[in-house]
Amino acid sequence: MGIPGDEILSRVATGDGHGENTSYFDGWKAYDNDPFHPIHNPNGVIQMGLAENQLCLELMQDWITKNPQASICTKEGVSEFKAIANFQDYHGLPDFRKAIAKFMEKARGGRARFDPERIVMSGGATGAQETIAFCLANPGDAFLIPTPYYPAFDRDFRWRTGVQLLPIRCHSHDNFKITEAELAAAYRKASDSKIRVKGILITNPSNPLGTTMDRETLRTLVRFANEERIHLVCDEIFSGTVFDGPEFVSVAEILQEDPSICDGDLIHIVYSLSKDLGVPGFRVGIIYSYNDAVVSCARRMSSFGLVSTQTQRLLASMLGDDDFTTDLLAESRRRLLHRHRAFTAGLEGVGIRCLKSNAGLFCWMSLKPLLKDATAEGEVKLWRVIVDEVKLNISPGSSFHCTEPGWFRACFANMDEETMETALRRIRTFVRRANEAATAAKTKKRWDTALRLSLPRRLEELTVLTPRLMSPRSPLVQAAT
Amino acid sequence: MRVIVPLQAVVQGRGGLVLGSFIPCALFYFLQFYLRRNRPSSSSPPPPSSASGSNLPELASIPRSLSRGLLSPRGSLGPARLSSRGTAVVRDDDNPYYVGLKRCADDPYNRSTNPQGFLLLGLAENRLSLDIIQDWLVKNWKESLLLDDEEEELSIQGLATYQPYDGSMDLKTAVAEFMGQVMQGSVSFNPSHVVLTAGATPAVETLSFCLADPGDAFLVPSPYYPGWDRDIKWRTGVELIPVPCRSTDNFSISIAALELAYNQVKKRGMKVRAVLVSNPSNPVGSLIDRETLCGLLDFVMEKNIHLISDEIFAGSTYGSDKFVSVAEVLDAESFDKSRVHIIYGLSKDLSVPGFRVGVIYSSNENVLAAASKLARFSSISAPTQRLLISMLSDRKFIAEYLAVNRARLHDMHALFVDGLKQLGIKCASSSGGFYCWADMSMFIRPYSEKGELKLWDNLLNVAKVNVTPGSSCHCIEPGWFRCCFTTLTEKDVPTFDAAFNLCGLLVRQSSCFGFEYGIWVLIELNLGPH
Repeated sequence: MGIPGDEILSRVATGDGHGENTSYFDGWKAYDNDPFHPIHNPNGVIQMGLAENQLCLELMQDWITKNPQASICTKEGVSEFKAIANFQDYHGLPDFRKAIAKFMEKARGGRARFDPERIVMSGGATGAQETIAFCLANPGDAFLIPTPYYPAFDRDFRWRTGVQLLPIRCHSHDNFKITEAELAAAYRKASDSKIRVKGILITNPSNPLGTTMDRETLRTLVRFANEERIHLVCDEIFSGTVFDGPEFVSVAEILQEDPSICDGDLIHIVYSLSKDLGVPGFRVGIIYSYNDAVVSCARRMSSFGLVSTQTQRLLASMLGDDDFTTDLLAESRRRLLHRHRAFTAGLEGVGIRCLKSNAGLFCWMSLKPLLKDATAEGEVKLWRVIVDEVKLNISPGSSFHCTEPGWFRACFANMDEETMETALRRIRTFVRRANEAATAAKTKKRWDTALRLSLPRRLEELTVLTPRLMSPRSPLVQAAT
Repeated sequence: MRVIVPLQAVVQGRGGLVLGSFIPCALFYFLQFYLRRNRPSSSSPPPPSSASGSNLPELASIPRSLSRGLLSPRGSLGPARLSSRGTAVVRDDDNPYYVGLKRCADDPYNRSTNPQGFLLLGLAENRLSLDIIQDWLVKNWKESLLLDDEEEELSIQGLATYQPYDGSMDLKTAVAEFMGQVMQGSVSFNPSHVVLTAGATPAVETLSFCLADPGDAFLVPSPYYPGWDRDIKWRTGVELIPVPCRSTDNFSISIAALELAYNQVKKRGMKVRAVLVSNPSNPVGSLIDRETLCGLLDFVMEKNIHLISDEIFAGSTYGSDKFVSVAEVLDAESFDKSRVHIIYGLSKDLSVPGFRVGVIYSSNENVLAAASKLARFSSISAPTQRLLISMLSDRKFIAEYLAVNRARLHDMHALFVDGLKQLGIKCASSSGGFYCWADMSMFIRPYSEKGELKLWDNLLNVAKVNVTPGSSCHCIEPGWFRCCFTTLTEKDVPTFDAAFNLCGLLVRQSSCFGFEYGIWVLIELNLGPH
C-alpha cells in the first residue's frame, strides 16, 4: 500500500533546477530529432549551439599513435595497468597534476605560475563549478555574475547547492564590458534585499561574448572582491582558445604582478580540458584555489567526480610533452582564427554584425535588424523560425540572460568547413527572404503560413518532467558514421 | 526557543501578567536572538564518530547556518570564510578511519621497497586478482579499443567528444550483463534502468539527492561503512540514523529495531525517507537472507519509504551461503519495484577503483530521469568506457575471473581468520567482502570506545597496522575492528603473521599491564614487520 514511488522524491529530483526546459536546451532537442548529416540528412538541423572544439583532434590522434606507452591499452603501456587501475587517491597522480599545471602556464604564455599541489580534480568544469559553490556559499547566499552568461551556470552553480546567481548588467553600447557602476549597483541591490553576496563569478574569456577581459576591469573586480571580502571565481575554461589580440590576462597574473591587490584566499580559478583540448568526453575538470582551506575542502569533495586514472595517465604523458603542447596550442589558435574570420566575414556579407571577439569557439551576433519586435518575445519568435525553418540551432541571447533582445550565439568550431559553408548559405537565404518579407509586409502585413508562432504551446511542455536526458551530442561524430 | 512564562506574572494577576510576562519574555527572546546571531560561525560540532556511543547521534553534524534575513548582507569581516558545509568538510579530520588511511598513504608497506611501512588493512581494496585482468589486457589490447577492421592504431575519434552524461548505452548494457553474471544468473538487469556515475561514491550521493530533502533521514543498520557519513551527509543535508545490530545475532538486521528507530525519528519531527543497507554487509561481511529482505521490503512499503541496497561486494563472496540480491526477491515476489534502488560499482568486484565506475539501478522512472540529469556532475571518462565495454563483453573471461577471484578471496579469508584465531581473536561469521569483523573486545581496557581507540592507536602507531575501529562504523559494542585481507598477497603473509604476532602481544600486554609495558616488551623482542 502507499503512494507510488514518484510522489516521495526530493525537491531536487522533481523541480526544474536541471534547467533543461529552457530555450538553450530546446534547440538541442530539435537537433537530436533531426541532426544534420552531409550525406544522409543534408536538410537536418546544424548544431551551432554546442561550444565544442573539434579543430585539432587529429593532432592529438597523431600524438597518441606515436606514443602508445601513454595508454594502458597498448602492448607498451599495459605493464602499468595494475598500479593505475588500483590507484584511487583523490590527490590524483602527481604527474597528472604537474602536467596540468604546466599546461595552464603554457596557455597563459608563461606569464603565470601554477603550483601542482593546488590542482584539484572534479567531474568536468560542471563538477568544478558546483564544488566551488558548495565550498564557498550556503543555501540562500548569492554570487554576482555579469550578463550575458553561460546558461548552464544556472544549473551547475545553483541546482543542488541552493546558491543564487544575481546579474551584473552589461550593455552593448560599451561592448558588454563590466563597469564598476553596474557591479556596485548589483551588490547594493542584493544587500538591500538582505541577500548575502558571497562572491563574483566571471568567465574569462567570456562565454558567450568571446572576448577577453582587459587588465583594468580584472583589477577592478579583484579590488572590489578584496574590499567587500567576497570571493572571485574565474572560469578560465577558454584560456587556450585566444586566437587574436589583445593578449589574454589571467587573474593569476593579476595576483602575481601585485600580491597586495587582494587577499589570495579570495581568488579561485575553474578550468577544464574540454574546450582548449577538445576532450569533453574525458571529463577533466580542475579547481585551482589560492585558499588552502578551499583546496582541502574541494579535494575531499573531488571523490564525487575524480578523473579516471587511465585518463590521468594518458594526459600526464601528453601534456608533459612540451613540444607537443606548444605546437598544439599554436595550431589550435591558428585554426580558430581562420574559422572565426571565415564565419564572421560570411555573416557580414549579409549585414549581420558580430561583437568583436578574440577568443572562444563561437561568435556573438546581433540579429536585431531581423526582429519584428525588439522584445524578448520577438527574439524567441525569431529563434524558433531559425531552428525550425532555417534549421540552425543557434542560442538566443535571452537564454544567456542578455538584457537586450536580438543577440544570438553561434558556435563554429564543432563542424568541418563544408558544414560551416552550408550554415552560411542557409543564413544568407534566410536574411534575403526576411528582408523581402519585411518589404512585402509593409504593404500586405501577411505572415508566411510556415512560420510557427508557437510560444504559448511550448509553455505547457515546460512544466512536465522531461523524461529524456539532454546530453550534448557532437555533430562530427554523426558525420563520421 | 522555549516559551518562558514567568511565575511572577501568574502570581500577580492582570497588570502583572502583561508587565511580568511580556517584558521578560521579550527580553529573553531578544537575548537568545542576539546570542544566536553572534555565535561565531567557526564553531562546528565534533565529527559523528565520537557520538557512536548513543543510538541516535547528535542532530545536525553539518551546522545549518542562519541565512538570509538574519545575518548582515555584507561579506563577513576577517578571514575569507568558507560556507558552513565547507568548514565542516575541512574539519572532518578526526575520524580514525581517515586518519589511519592517511598514515598508510604517507608510508605504505611494500614487500620490496618499504617493508617497514604501514600495513593497510583499513582499506577495502582488492589486489588479489588484478593480475588476471592485466593478463587479459595483454592478450586483448587491440580488442580493448574496439578498433575497426581497417584501423590498426588507437583512435580518439568518438572518445573525445561529449558522451551521454549517464554513460553510453553500450556500457550500460555491458554493466547490466556483468551484474547478471555477478549475481550468478539469478537475476537479469535491464540496461535502461542503469545510471552510470564516476564511482559508487557519487552514485550514493546522487541517489540521496533524489530521494531526500535536507533535514530528512535515512535509517542505516549499524555498524555501517564509515564513508557514508561523508558521501551522504556532507552536501545533501540528509541525516543518517544508525540502527544498532547486535553481536548476539551476528549483527543481522532486526525489523523491530528499525521500527523503533523509525518511531523515534518521527517523534523528533524528522522525516525518514529510506532504509539504507549494504549486502554483503560492510563492515561485517555477512549476507542478508531472503527472509530479512522480504521483511525490509514489507517495512518500506508499509512506511511508504525507499530501500537502498548497496550491493557493491555482490561478486566478492566466498562462503557457502549464496548471495541473494534484493532484485532477485523483487522478481520473485510482488513488491513495489519503484521504491527499491541498488547501488553498485566496479571498484570492488572488478578491482578497478581507479577507473571510477558506479551504478544506480532503479525501476523508478522518475528517479532514473532525475539521476541521469544529476550524473552530469560525475560522468565516466570516455576512454575508460570504451575499455570496459570491451572487457565486460568478454563473458567467458568475466566468468573465469569471478570464479578465480572468489577462490582467492576464500583462501585469503580462511588464512586470515585462522591467524586471528590463533591470537585468540574471533571474527563474526562472514561470507562476502574484503574484510573480517574481528572481536577484540576482551583486549580493550576500559571496555568502552575510549579503550577501543587506545588499542586502535597502538595498532597503528606501534605495530604499524591500520585497521578500522568499530566506533568509526557506529558499532555500539566496543572492541570490534574491521580488518581487510585483500591488500596483501600470499607472499606477504609472513609479514602479516609477524605483524599479527606483534599485535597479539600488544593487545594482551596492553590489556594486562598497560601500554608502556607493552612497548618495553617490544623493544626487547625487537619485533617489527619484515
